[in-house]
Amino acid sequence: MRRSGRTALSVLCSSAVLLTATACGGGGDSASGGDDNTITWWHNSNNEPGKGYYEQVAADFEEAHPGVEVEVVAMAHEDMVDKLEAAFQSGDVPDVYMERGGGELADHVEAGMVRDLSEDAAEEIDQIGGSVAGWQVEDKTYALPFSVGVVGFWYNTELFQQAGITAPPTTMEELASTIETLKGAGITPISLGAGDKWPAAHYWYYTAVRSCSEDVLTDAVTSLDFSDPCFVQAGEELQTLIDTEPFNPGFLTTPAQEGATSASGLLATGQVAMELTGHWEPGVMQGLTEDGQGLGDKTGWFPFPAVDGGEGDPEAQLGGGDAWAVSQEAPDAAVDLVKYLLSDEVQTGFAENDMGLPTIPAAGGAVSDPALAQLLEVRDAAPYVQLYFDTAFGASVGGAMNDAIALMFAGEATPQDIVDQTQQAADQEQ
Amino acid sequence: MTSQGAVTAADPGAAVTRRASARRVTGRTPGGTGRPGRDRGRKRLEILFFVAPALALMAVFVVYPVFSAARMSFYRWKGFGPMVDFVGLQNYARVLADDVFTDAVVHNFVIVFASILVQLPLGLALALLLNRRIRGRGLLRTIIFVPYVLAEVIAGVVWFQLLQPRSGLLETMLTSVGVPVPEQGFLGTPDLALATVFVVLTWKYLGLAVLLFLAGLQGVPDELSEAAQLDGASWWQTQRRIAIPLLAPTIRTWVFLSMIGSLQLFDMVWILTGGGPANATTTMATYLVSQGTQRSNFGIAGAASVVLFLIGFALAVAYQFLVLRRDTKDA
Repeated sequence: MRRSGRTALSVLCSSAVLLTATACGGGGDSASGGDDNTITWWHNSNNEPGKGYYEQVAADFEEAHPGVEVEVVAMAHEDMVDKLEAAFQSGDVPDVYMERGGGELADHVEAGMVRDLSEDAAEEIDQIGGSVAGWQVEDKTYALPFSVGVVGFWYNTELFQQAGITAPPTTMEELASTIETLKGAGITPISLGAGDKWPAAHYWYYTAVRSCSEDVLTDAVTSLDFSDPCFVQAGEELQTLIDTEPFNPGFLTTPAQEGATSASGLLATGQVAMELTGHWEPGVMQGLTEDGQGLGDKTGWFPFPAVDGGEGDPEAQLGGGDAWAVSQEAPDAAVDLVKYLLSDEVQTGFAENDMGLPTIPAAGGAVSDPALAQLLEVRDAAPYVQLYFDTAFGASVGGAMNDAIALMFAGEATPQDIVDQTQQAADQEQ
Repeated sequence: MTSQGAVTAADPGAAVTRRASARRVTGRTPGGTGRPGRDRGRKRLEILFFVAPALALMAVFVVYPVFSAARMSFYRWKGFGPMVDFVGLQNYARVLADDVFTDAVVHNFVIVFASILVQLPLGLALALLLNRRIRGRGLLRTIIFVPYVLAEVIAGVVWFQLLQPRSGLLETMLTSVGVPVPEQGFLGTPDLALATVFVVLTWKYLGLAVLLFLAGLQGVPDELSEAAQLDGASWWQTQRRIAIPLLAPTIRTWVFLSMIGSLQLFDMVWILTGGGPANATTTMATYLVSQGTQRSNFGIAGAASVVLFLIGFALAVAYQFLVLRRDTKDA
């Protein structure tokens, strides 16, 4: 009797371990740390020159605001994301921190954790212009984007030349013939990190941006209604591209940007001709090559081609970025710090140090890299920059959407399936 | 309101302490006659004292998370703020209706059965072989056991590189001897991915089976085999009639460990395929991680973890009563 009781207990204990995987702390609501004169600021520029630059910025701010102390915490990006998540769970959010916008921000706003900056920073919001849309919830601005980039094709100019391609494609048909030419020259046209799903999803996002009008997209973000036929058309456009089989072998499990065999690694080492990805690509490629140069002066960039017969603006771009937000509990001086971070002066320094793509027009000229300068030009010429759908819709709907798109790349989903599964996830959210 | 509640809540506790101390006092007065009882009480206190740290750790890191996950499964919760949106069993309904999850359960059971069907005979054969006096036995044992000692993530990354399409060592070797390789590589082809993951798992965990079986074989008395040999039994007969039956308790324990391990399978899949391609290798654990930490659907992840727990628990209890019972019955 005793014995069997004990074995049952041991079974309970050993299988209890099964459950611990997701379990984490419940919600708390302790106040933000520090007093009214200390501002905690978390950022992810933990390498030089960015780290040193931000320390200087904090020191300058302290000098201009006597009595205020800025506690700067520089972290690696992944660490910062994890710590922020924990901070939101515990309710102890740093005074100034980074928001990626979209559904995630909307959740934070709904939980009453982010400060409305619409009034206090009206001037800065005005200067930033259209890019700020991704950080607005119900017409109120909760964070100021300091770096916004757009997704496009990064390509190897040498391999394009080698295949005899003189100009990058501007329409989907031209893209298809470019792919054909590259294949004919024995070059793998495109690398794709579909193992991480979002790189694959970017293709659908773009065909959707090209197929759907701005109104339909703006509406879908708030109403979560995907019944417009343009969303199916986006999938059909994508299917046509997938059918040309342009991707590196094994792309379904290829990671996006980790290691030399990742999609970015393949482009950086000259094994493929191009890759559709964000503005961070040059930096990623530099980290993946031994000489630290990436593709060097062979780096080229062109925007996503136009879709024939699509309702979307061919000049519209898909992108995203980072914004400074102020937590609800933060002292007023934190708002001043964020405004200072978006000043012409700090944004110009930010651009000069190659830390990102500044959002304040006055700083645009300070971007020195030619490929990035071209990207910036395209971004500023765009009628609007559509925030990455997975960010815009939030992790839950965005995740389901990315899953369905990845299935299409594996040949296991139709254009209609993508719409259906996204709609289903969206309905469950409401 | 709150302070009043606190007082009434504290009251019964205070009463209990008072009653307990009273009992201790009365226990002390009767002198010699109370001694056995007092010793027993003291012993209990001692046990409690020494076990307390372990219990506290278990409460904080096992019991609390278990209950917290179970509680989470009844709410729609995004990972921050208070848990207020009670949805009843809706999360469970969603998990069980989700093809990705039911497929994940199937994948887990495929691994459970494949492990037993493949690793058991293979491990047993190797253990019986390595139990004989053969040249280089120590080296062979080490070779088989090393993968098990290797950290799972490191082994995963190494295999991921070996399995790279075209450029990976494995495909280079296969193509050089004329064996056709799949277009999208072994991990990139949905139909092959789970089998490939299983091969890597077998490479990794065979060492544990062999080690356990070898240890079990040490417990088989030499006299029995000697007596059998004197009676003219062949090596094979000695193994089949003596070694394997006496090894049965070890085998049953290994099967139990293997089963639990297969149900909780996460690391290797996460590194090799991340659950893809096209959800061909998702397991219950990768499902709950992707729902929880990646999509912030903590309620759904909580429900999935409770389902995983119940499946594991049911299997463990059934196995205890049906199979392991005979090992513990007269122990």
